[in-house]
Amino acid sequence: MRLFNKALAKLLLVGCVATLSSGCASTFDSINPLANLEPWVKPYERSNLADPIMSMNRNPVALAYAKHVFESREGARGADGGAGGGCGCN
Amino acid sequence: MLTVVQVVVVAVTKRQAAKAIRQKLNTLKVILCVLVLIVSALFVGAANSAVLPTERADVLYHAYSGDGVTIDGPSVLLRKNIGGSVSMSANYYVDTVSGASIDVRATASPYEEVRKEKTVGLDYLNNKTLLSTSFTNSSENDFEANSVYVGISQDFFGDLSTISLSYSKGWDVVGRRGDESFEEEADRQKYGLGFSQVATKSLIVGFNIEHISDEGYLNNPYRAVRFLDATTDRGFSFATEKYPNTRSSTAYSINANYYLPYRAAIYGDARTYSDTWGIKAQNFKLGYIHPIEDAWVFEVFVRHYKQDKADFYQDLFSRPDEFNFMARDKEMSSYTGVTAGISVAYEWQFSQTATFKKSAVHFEWDYMKFDYDDFRDATAEAPVGEEPLFGFSANVLRIFASIWY
Repeated sequence: MRLFNKALAKLLLVGCVATLSSGCASTFDSINPLANLEPWVKPYERSNLADPIMSMNRNPVALAYAKHVFESREGARGADGGAGGGCGCN
Repeated sequence: MLTVVQVVVVAVTKRQAAKAIRQKLNTLKVILCVLVLIVSALFVGAANSAVLPTERADVLYHAYSGDGVTIDGPSVLLRKNIGGSVSMSANYYVDTVSGASIDVRATASPYEEVRKEKTVGLDYLNNKTLLSTSFTNSSENDFEANSVYVGISQDFFGDLSTISLSYSKGWDVVGRRGDESFEEEADRQKYGLGFSQVATKSLIVGFNIEHISDEGYLNNPYRAVRFLDATTDRGFSFATEKYPNTRSSTAYSINANYYLPYRAAIYGDARTYSDTWGIKAQNFKLGYIHPIEDAWVFEVFVRHYKQDKADFYQDLFSRPDEFNFMARDKEMSSYTGVTAGISVAYEWQFSQTATFKKSAVHFEWDYMKFDYDDFRDATAEAPVGEEPLFGFSANVLRIFASIWY
């Protein structure tokens, strides 16, 4: 439990860093060698990407169930997308 | 006397050292995650922010049928935004299990049980950062699991790149039907790191790592090892499995979605997996999505899975106490699985100013086939150890309706 609390505290720290960093980008740019790299796909070029058929999680309720079926029938687990949750897989 | 004291002191010192190493490793994992996120923050550019998950409601009926087992039930998922930066979700899911798989048929009687799973989640959006948390409770008559999940997702580089970190912790209480005095516990921790990148106007690629650590009672209390026993008619008997009480696994996966020159998409993913029990596995999936006009969406996919057995797995042991760890759970053996799926959805589009913006009905069917390399059908009439290798197929249905609002 103590270890869990420590991990949770550190994850919250990560959140704070991420939130604050969005306002400090210009400071980082001066030391970041990749700062001059420009995004190569412009916002007006993203119509294909915005189509729902390009979403990896179009139907979350069905994806969660499919993931549960594979976890129950296979020895491997993890890195297959979706949030972690309790699983009565026995 | 002095020697005994020395041995005890050495043993205690070794335990303390092992515990310290474990704690340092866990600390290092978190520090690594922090560093990765800080590095990602260096790329932050001025662009539009990320978005909250879509507001929608889904009502699903699911059914799995294979190897003498039927599992079906409903799942209801609701998601609603509060203002422009908070999204709440709730999921209620039920599994009703009846029948008996090969493991149960060989050792016990068919049974029926119900598992109910409840999840509530909260997402908070701040500019390009999405913080997520959820709590899940899964309950059945012989198993109780609670878990919490926290995650953070950050868009950067003109929203072409997204990095995500996640952590979840679960607490399981394992019981056994017909044995009120049996109660064991297990703790689970999951660390996830994901990265996705818009590569071109039509291609998105992604990479994920997930490390999972389990500690406690990790057996399935209903599964048993088989050992030679000349005193029985069949020539073998069953004994309780013996698993290690820790397990750590790491999985790496890559995925890609590509928009074709006409309105359709192909996607693929691949994963490699290994754990401290000696299981190694690889799987890949390839799919194709084809909308017709604005109403129909068809999808097909094929998925291949291959696994090498755990170090302590055997189909037949020579005696019940042959090794310290012994398993005959078929999910820990060497086998291959192939799944093919088709789905069709019909969508109704409404006005963006209407209360309901879109609705859809979906029908999805998967056919799964598993062939085991070293798990034999112990129910077959054959000399012990020469029974045919086991294999089975299953049908999986998902039928659901969705409303976007």
